[in-house]
Amino acid sequence: MTPMRYLPKSPSDREALLKAIGARSINDLFASIPAEYRLERDLKVPRQMAESEIVDWFRERSRENGDGYATFLGAGAYYHAEISQGTLQSIFEFQTMICELTGMEVANASMYDGSTAAAEAVMMAVRLTGRRSAVVANSLHPEYREVLATYAHHQSLPVTATSFTDTARVNLKELEKLITQETACLLVQSPNFFGTIEDIAAIAEIAHKQGAMLVVSIAEAVSLGIVEPPRQADIIAMEAQSFGVPLGFGGPYCGVIATREQYVRQMPGRLVGQTSDKNGKRGFVLTLATREQHIRREKATSNICTNQALVALMVNIFMTIYGKVGLRELAKQNLAKANYAAQQFGKHARVLFPGAPRFNEFVVQTTEDPYAINSRILGHKIVGGLPLKKFYPELGNAALWCCTELTTRTSIDTAVGMVAESERSVKSAKQEADVQEVTR
Amino acid sequence: MKHVTRKATRHVNQNEGLIFEKSSPGKAAWKLPPLDVPDVDPSKLLGSAERKDLGQMPEVSEIEIIRHFTRLSTWNYAIDLGMYPLGSCTMKYNPRVNEVVARLEGLANGHPYQPERVSQGALRIMQVLSECLIEITGMDAITLQPAAGAHGELTGLLMVRAYQQSKGNPRKKILIPDSAHGTNPATAAMVGYDVEKMQSNARGMVDVVALTAQMNEEVAALMLTNPNTLGVFEQEIHKIAEVMHAKGGLLYMDGANMNALVGKVRPGDFGVDVMHLNLHKTFSTPHGGGGPGSGPVAVKKMLEPFLPKPVVITKPDGTLAFEYNRPQSVGRVRAFYGNFGMFVRALAYTLANGPDGLRQTTEDAVLNANYIRKGLEGIYDLPYSTPTMHEVVFSDKLQAKKGVKTMHIAKRLIDYGFHPYTTAFPLIVPGALMIEPTESESKEEMDLFIEAMRSIAAEVEEDPQLVLDAPHSTRVSRLDEVAAARKPVLRWKPAS
Repeated sequence: MTPMRYLPKSPSDREALLKAIGARSINDLFASIPAEYRLERDLKVPRQMAESEIVDWFRERSRENGDGYATFLGAGAYYHAEISQGTLQSIFEFQTMICELTGMEVANASMYDGSTAAAEAVMMAVRLTGRRSAVVANSLHPEYREVLATYAHHQSLPVTATSFTDTARVNLKELEKLITQETACLLVQSPNFFGTIEDIAAIAEIAHKQGAMLVVSIAEAVSLGIVEPPRQADIIAMEAQSFGVPLGFGGPYCGVIATREQYVRQMPGRLVGQTSDKNGKRGFVLTLATREQHIRREKATSNICTNQALVALMVNIFMTIYGKVGLRELAKQNLAKANYAAQQFGKHARVLFPGAPRFNEFVVQTTEDPYAINSRILGHKIVGGLPLKKFYPELGNAALWCCTELTTRTSIDTAVGMVAESERSVKSAKQEADVQEVTR
Repeated sequence: MKHVTRKATRHVNQNEGLIFEKSSPGKAAWKLPPLDVPDVDPSKLLGSAERKDLGQMPEVSEIEIIRHFTRLSTWNYAIDLGMYPLGSCTMKYNPRVNEVVARLEGLANGHPYQPERVSQGALRIMQVLSECLIEITGMDAITLQPAAGAHGELTGLLMVRAYQQSKGNPRKKILIPDSAHGTNPATAAMVGYDVEKMQSNARGMVDVVALTAQMNEEVAALMLTNPNTLGVFEQEIHKIAEVMHAKGGLLYMDGANMNALVGKVRPGDFGVDVMHLNLHKTFSTPHGGGGPGSGPVAVKKMLEPFLPKPVVITKPDGTLAFEYNRPQSVGRVRAFYGNFGMFVRALAYTLANGPDGLRQTTEDAVLNANYIRKGLEGIYDLPYSTPTMHEVVFSDKLQAKKGVKTMHIAKRLIDYGFHPYTTAFPLIVPGALMIEPTESESKEEMDLFIEAMRSIAAEVEEDPQLVLDAPHSTRVSRLDEVAAARKPVLRWKPAS
């Protein structure tokens, strides 16, 4: 066997170690494994590859994976920009900036992602209120709703869905009826799955009137640069991916939970706190660990152990770079691009849900199936908006389009052109059919 | 200080405040291209939803940010600096090529919802990694969706519950040995199970007779770490599996310690029904100071219908796709498909090793732990003399006579240039020192470690105060954790 490059021992080192231990052969050290289960053959995995072969193999996969395409996809995963290393101090800075941006008093060191953060935030509200049911907005990311359903299922926690109106905002009248003295919390997303900004003040009032908590999920962190944070919320469950974390085909991302100080002892996940050493010098430690699994075991606030620390560091660096002024400018460019795109699409197709403010996503309804249109747009190395049929069949031929600071006017115009062409050809086909109908 | 080994030396280290303390209005580290669409008036578009102020967010320049994070990074110990024997965490080398391939444009920038036609590369990576992990574990099917080990446990127990439910009764309890990781009982509680603790026997293993007595139709599964947290292989594992199966229970294996087994023995062969892996342990993806992890769950055939959705399938035309129509699935445990970036790194590691490299890796990990055991036996108390696999657990019994506990020894180890081992775990060993060298250590580095540990033991005899006051060489001395918890300061605030 050629030496394996990650292993820093020569054959004679191994001999020396075995001799020191007093073992005759390496297999002596595996003697505790019953003989009938020992694997006496090679694993059937690909043979050992050179570094260049590995790079080539993954380059090939990269090419098969939409390398070089512009995208109009958002829906919980946003194409902005990228960066990367860290410590406890960095996490403390991260917690501080998340608090500043969300308007909350405390934030944890991270959760797996936005979907699990939302589900854990609901569980947290259940512990805080002692109530055992939840209401969730249908305009919450459908996959977040699925994750909540999975988590809630074995907690005997009934979850009721609430609908949205023709502005895509939560139906407040329905909400009034659904939220009762038994409701632990209401979970909404803002900007919601359709890009629409919810009326958080009105929603909070309805929830709080019944003593229920308001949990707000934020899937597009960049919105916080220009959209007022949901200050009336009791818990915010966020996905910070769009703060400089690459799309990475869906992960790793960076969830985070932020809340009010009074609720911190029911918060899941790690927390970094400031303290001092015996000379009075400032330092940072993991704190309030009595909430966590390694101390409390089955009575812990959550089973979470490993979180997303390295990704939180990327997010921290991103927030530091853009800072107080840059984040607003960045968000403003998103707003402008999406506004322009929605106006352009609106000239040829129907942009759904007018009447409420949006951030960087909007829904376009076409006559033709968006999958068919997208497949033609793909020919221009552009990935069109997300067809919504899978999640919201009631919206018909609708697709969710997203524009970020990286979306160019040229690609917007190209995509709009393709949608316009589709609408024209459908219309002329229909006219032809009508003419034939009349002449017959 | 005559005992100090010259592994580490003091050198100048930059002080660095919080980033907020460097901020002042008008500094910037960003630049956006000019807008190529008409500008907008946010107040018109957003009305009262417009945010006017970003509070205490910093304003700093690029060079300050580079220095800030570079300075902070020098305060951290890392595997790239030296041995990181944090037991149970498998702190092994993170190969550089993993990082290169994870950053390839099509992989780093692939959107999770892009059409499957242009996602074949990502799907192929998921499929090939799945096949490798199934072969390595000897199981039948796998999900890559869970984001970390504890998340894998949750997924695994959800499948256990769904399986038991399909047999008519989800059952009430999960058996968990007293040596288990805290995540095990915490997970069982999240899935609605009661936890029944099992006492380990005098050899630190599951007592099969006691298990037989404890096992009944109320028990859904046993959660077992193998090798267990003492680094000991459960020699009667097949009997344990038989006892569970005889009464309709399942055997869940916590794969945190899989680095002791890869290529030498397969859990699927010795009776495990469901298990999770930690790609950030066994498969070399970085720990990152606490994540991202990745916790795939491998299962036997009868549990396959319950896997989280979607699963990757091959269509009749040979292309790959996600299959969502899984009526018996436990549902989704995370948005999208899991920590894909970790799949790329874990597969690159597997390809770099091949079957021979994987086996050699396991052999070296076990060889290293046994070498350290030999080097420290007698100097530190070895509470269980059962054979050691990939990690060895000592206790501070001998040093405690002088008032020196495992935590003090750990802090003193920092002065010698090593990251501490895991302290006070597993719980069944009072004052535990849990040492896992992994395969990534050379004989020279381990000799330095053994020398350092022997030197500390000598210091405990001659000058215990020196050890009690450690560390002596770090930026900050021992931090007041009690004050931190009593009056938590969890964010920076400007001095008022």
